[in-house]
This record gives sequence, structure tokens and C-alpha cells, in this order.
Amino acid sequence: MAALTREETEALIQEVLEVYPEKAKKDRTKHLAVNDHEANAKKCITSNRKSLPGVMTIRGCAYAGSKGVVWGPIKDMIHISHGPVGCGQYSRAGRRNYYVGVTGINAFGEMNFTSDFQERDIVFGGDKKLAKLIDEIEELFPLNKGISVQSECPIGLIGDDIEAVSKKATAKFGKTVVPVRCEGFRGVSQSLGHHIANDAIRDWVIGNRDAKEFASTPYDVAIIGDYNIGGDAWSSRILLEEMGLRVVAQWSGDGTLAEMENTPKVKLNLLHCYRSMNYISRHMEEKYGIPWVEYNFFGPTKVEESLRKIATYFDDTIKEGAERVIAKYKAMMDAVIAKYRPRLEGKKVMLYVGGLRPRHVIGAYEDLGMEVVGTGYEFAHNDDYERTVKEMGNATLLYDDVTGFEFEEFVKKVKPDLVGSGIKEKFIFQKMGIPFRQMHSWDYSGPYHGYDGFAIFARDMDMTLNNPCWKTQTPPWKKNDDAAPLAAAA
Amino acid sequence: MALRQCAIYGKGGIGKSTTTQNLVAALAEMGKKVMIVGCDPKADSTRLILHSKAQTSVMALAAEAGSVEDLELEDVLSVGYGGVKCVESGGPEPGVGCAGRGVITAINFLEEEGAYDEDLDFVFYDVLGDVVCGGFAMPIRENKAQEIYIVCSGEMMAMYAANNIAKGIVKYANSGGVRLAGLICNSRNTDREDELIIALAERLGTQMIHFVPRDNAVQHAEIRRMTVIEYDPTHKQADEYRTLARKVFENKKFVIPTPIEMEELEELLMEFGIMEQEDESIVGKTASELAA
Repeated sequence: MAALTREETEALIQEVLEVYPEKAKKDRTKHLAVNDHEANAKKCITSNRKSLPGVMTIRGCAYAGSKGVVWGPIKDMIHISHGPVGCGQYSRAGRRNYYVGVTGINAFGEMNFTSDFQERDIVFGGDKKLAKLIDEIEELFPLNKGISVQSECPIGLIGDDIEAVSKKATAKFGKTVVPVRCEGFRGVSQSLGHHIANDAIRDWVIGNRDAKEFASTPYDVAIIGDYNIGGDAWSSRILLEEMGLRVVAQWSGDGTLAEMENTPKVKLNLLHCYRSMNYISRHMEEKYGIPWVEYNFFGPTKVEESLRKIATYFDDTIKEGAERVIAKYKAMMDAVIAKYRPRLEGKKVMLYVGGLRPRHVIGAYEDLGMEVVGTGYEFAHNDDYERTVKEMGNATLLYDDVTGFEFEEFVKKVKPDLVGSGIKEKFIFQKMGIPFRQMHSWDYSGPYHGYDGFAIFARDMDMTLNNPCWKTQTPPWKKNDDAAPLAAAA
Repeated sequence: MALRQCAIYGKGGIGKSTTTQNLVAALAEMGKKVMIVGCDPKADSTRLILHSKAQTSVMALAAEAGSVEDLELEDVLSVGYGGVKCVESGGPEPGVGCAGRGVITAINFLEEEGAYDEDLDFVFYDVLGDVVCGGFAMPIRENKAQEIYIVCSGEMMAMYAANNIAKGIVKYANSGGVRLAGLICNSRNTDREDELIIALAERLGTQMIHFVPRDNAVQHAEIRRMTVIEYDPTHKQADEYRTLARKVFENKKFVIPTPIEMEELEELLMEFGIMEQEDESIVGKTASELAA
């Protein structure tokens, strides 16, 4: 059952909205909702709109969506942050996209390549500098397989012709050089950056090997929308391989340019993060007739469902394979649940994350006997909320593009046992005395995908929630005698 | 006297740079200390004063040196006829980069380096024809030019431009101290040109500060990369610029302009026979429709 009744939750939303000026209140009302299984998601919550000036939004920008999410993890390409130095430096290696390779030799994920714009580059344009930078990259890092040019804000203002530079460099070096128009000011969040990045892959990468031979098998699949955070794609891949599938490509965690180019040859695209890569999946469906299926590898219940769902696209060999895999890990999963469920049973969780996790991890918490009582997305669209409404309990709280103020107030009133969100939220809630997990980066842990991931997920949640530190501290406002401890300390 | 900062705006090709340099030469002749700041990537605002093709600009030097911080004031400042100090902001070739940012960078540099020293009587900003972006409005922002002169003629497009520039001034006049100081009519020998510009000036709440007649002496001097004042000081055209200089020096009429609506401007043009009365019945009709 939910933490609050429907009426209480509705009253809570009204109470939180009360502080806003009239216009802001009207806007924010549409982004906050009480989950209702009967209602149409489109009617119940508004999403993908511009954030209000003056509020603390947790969103990123189009550049973050393209460079940080979609392109950045492609390990054998060099991703140039075209513009001033900061964007590249602060998005370098921050997402923990694990990869196999030797950094600086044949993999470049943790490095920052930037055209480091100065005043004169703004005034005179950065085309020449970009061309020179690409020349230098070729000289210093000859084993790169390709280059992407990720536009920062000024590029869209000064009109650098990055397409022309890219075409010229492609001809000069015989490598894929992709211009990406992901200037940060475009759109309302990082979401448009995902779309722009997908479109760039469509236009500059997808068809590159159409004419080439490829030794296919009937069981070829691609993992789409897994960024291998803390090794997530790896712990997913082994399950797919164990059930008899051949994983041709990983998009884009630990992925390569060649893998992406070969993806049009697969039989089925497996889509994990729908929000950031549904575009390219739809494109491959239209152009090559490749079906795609969404799956969820968080927690044994969802993994099991997903393995069976994926198997329905294949023959009995794979269907048997799926059952074999499920059976193989059953004992291990039962042991994990037996160990942790008693320690976590009945605990309430509030989430606020990005692309897929606000709905995908619900099942994993439920496997541990926990309940997600509030969830929301930074940059979701309506189709994400349509998928979320079904996963969440009735009368739970939904918040879109939540503001810092709203999130804090909700947490104060709902009093969850655990909050899962990002680094900017972490310390606020910890200082409020509430256990917290970073659900973007897995708090430097992971993987959380697949059966192996669930064991780590369960351990991490227990370790955070049942950490003895929460018992040793009594915040001042909970003490009966306010003045005494201070006096004693003095 | 306190430093007066003036900006010259007007439609492209109207003769802003020529008028500015002749005006500045006449002021210098009067013993005034003047600086010209060219705010146009073409960098042709100082050639008549310096007798040069195009002065090396702040941005060109900055690009060469690495950044604008690497420059010294003397690198960018040249002194020409009558002790007039000259600076060109410069900027990219057409179609690349951001010329507006070049103007902002150059002007900030001049301020930081103390180019506006206390001895100066006048600074003239000669700005690119259209205020296409914030960069070209830089000279009229706070603590920069206080007086705006618009060069125009009796041609329709020049007057449209003048009215649009007046609109831009209103925006900054409300937040800062910038004022419209007058229209300079650079004659194209159109009919009743002086009356027309006086009428326009009245509508805009300002004055036609001077009517500069058309004279080939200006071109003769330009070929030699000189102002008329320097090339042929006894010529009657030189006196015209001297009169303009005196009027500018004595000018006290600084107003927040009252730009007019398109209809009003068109009425004015029709009144003076520059524009024909529009026939509304033919709008949006194809040739075959009209024939039928």
C-alpha cells in the first residue's frame, strides 16, 4: 500500500505548490500528479516543457545528451567538444561508462578533446582550428576509428561550418568524422541532445557498411541504450549469450564504431533506455525492417520477464535457452533475496532520475520487498510516463522536472526510508538524515543490470539503509533538550 | 571640456565613414582632440585620416598575438591627420565567426587599456550599417556613446533605416543615457531632399543638424585617401564639413527619439512623391487573375 492515501497525496501537492507565484503555480501543477492506473498519462502529467526561470532544475543540456550520454561511451572514437574548454572537461569520464581498451591508444573515453575556444575563435570562427585539431588527433592518436564533433553553445551562434570540416576530414583521412549540432541551448533538456545524436548516427554511421559482407547468424541482436555504467552492459550481455544469442553491438557503453555500423545486420534490437535511443531503433525498423523490443534487466522478476519476452522473437533453441538461464540463476537469486529481503522489507523509496530508471528499477526494489512511493524524470516525454503509470502503485507521487524545493518538501512529508537520485541531491538528503543512493552512477558501485547486478544492487541498498551511522546520529531538532548538548560540548 | 562620445549610424553605403572622417577632420582643425573607433569588420573607418588602405585592427592583432590580453594600446592606436587617434575593431571576413563579438571585445579592450584618456574631447564610433545583433549596439550601451547621429538621405531605404535605428536608440535610452542628437543629410540630390529630412527629423523628435550637399570634391579627396579638409581646405565642401563640425560642437538638442509606425513613414514618403500610393486591389493577384 502507498505511504499516503490519494487525498493526502493530492493535498501534499497543493501544499507544496502554495509557495509559488500564480503563474509558476499554474505551470508546476501540470507536472505533479498522483498516480492513477485508470487515467490517461497524457492527461495526468505534462512533460518535456521548458523549466521555469528561478527554480532549481536538475536537468542537463542538449550537449550533455549527445556528448555525455549517446556518443561519449563509443570508446574507439574521439569526441571533440567544439567550443570553450569547460563543457568537455566537466563531462569527461563522469558517467562511469566502463570499457575495455588502453586509454589514449585505442580507447579514448576518459579523455577530453576540445578546441578550447578563445575570444578570437568566437570572432573569427573556429573552422580552421577544428580542422587543425583533427589533424593533430590523427597524428597523436592514429588508432582512433573515427571522430565526432560535439557542438557547444557558441557554435550555433557563430555558424561554424562543422559539416564542411567533417566532410573534408573524412576525405582526407578516410575515417568517419561526424558533425553533431547539439548546442546546449537547443531544446528544454538533454532529451533533444539524445535525439540529435541519434539523427547524426542515422545520417553518418548507420548505412556505412550496407554494401559490405557480414557473416550473420539467426541469433544476432544488439543491445541498444545501455551505457555500461559500472559494467551494466557486461552483466546483461552474458545472460543474452548464455541463452544462445549473439550480441553484435553494444550501444553505446563499451561500444565501437564498427559495432554500430554492423547493427543493421542484426535480427532484433534490444532496447533498454527507451528515451535516449528509441529514435535509432525506429529508424532501423523503418529502413531495415529490424524489430525492436524494450526490456528491463533490473531485478530477477523483470530479468525473467524480459528474457522470455526476448525469446519469443526466436526459435525454440532460444526459448529453451532463456528457461535454462532463468533456472541457472534461480538459486542464486533466491539466496540474495533470502539474505536481504528481511532487512529491507517494507522500506519506502523515492526516486528522481533520468531516462529509464525512474520506472525500470521499481521491480528490483519490489523483489526486495520495498516500495517506490514517488518517482519522476528529469527529461521524460509522455510515452515514458505512459510506461511508468503501470509500474507504480496507485496513489503514489509522480513529479516531472521536479524543482529542488518540491523534491525536498515531498521527501519531508512522505518520509521515505531511502532516496535515489543524483550527486546534486545526495548531500541535501543525507544532511536531512535520510539514506541516499546515487542512481545515475550507482554511487561508484555497480553493475546493477542482470542477475549479477541484482546481487550488488541488493547489497548496496542494505549497506546504505541499514548503515549503523544513521543510529549513532541524533539531529539537533530531534533532541528533547535543545540546549543541553551544546552546553555539554562547551 | 568633458569627453563627448558620439556614434554614427545609418544605412550601409550612405557615407557614414566619409562623413565621419570629414567631420572629425574639421573638429581637429578647430583644435579638438578626437578619436575614431571603427566598428565594422571591413575596417575602413580611418583610411582618410591615416592615408592607409585599412588600418590593422584590434581583432586581427589579437588573433595574431593569441589573445586580446597580449596587446598593448600602442599596438592598435594610430595617429593621423590633425592628431586624430584611430582604432579599428575589425572582425572576421563575411560569413564566418561573430563580428558583433569582435566589436564588444575591441571596445572592452580600449576601455581597459585607458584609450579614453582625459585629454580627449570627442570619440566617434563609426558603426556597421545595420544593428544586426547586440554587438553592434555595444557603442550605445551604458557609459559609451551618449549622442547618436544618423546619416541619411532622401532615399526611401535610408529613411526606413533611420527610423529603425531610432527604435534601437529608444530601447537603450530608457535604460541608459543615450540620446538621438540629429540626422545628418548626406545629399543624393533627390527632390526636396532637405524638406523631407527636416520633416522626418521632426517626426522623430529631433533635428536635421546639417544638410551636406553632394560634391565631387569628396570623391577627389577619397581617391587620395584624404578628407576634403586636408586635400583642399579652401574648397566650399570643406566649409560644409566645418559647419557640420561647429553644429555638432554646439549641439544641445539630445532627445529620446519618437520613431514612427510604418504607415506614417509611408505617408510621409507619399507626401513628398517618393512613394506611389499603393493600389490595394492588386495585392496577391496573379497576372492571369488581373487579366481576367
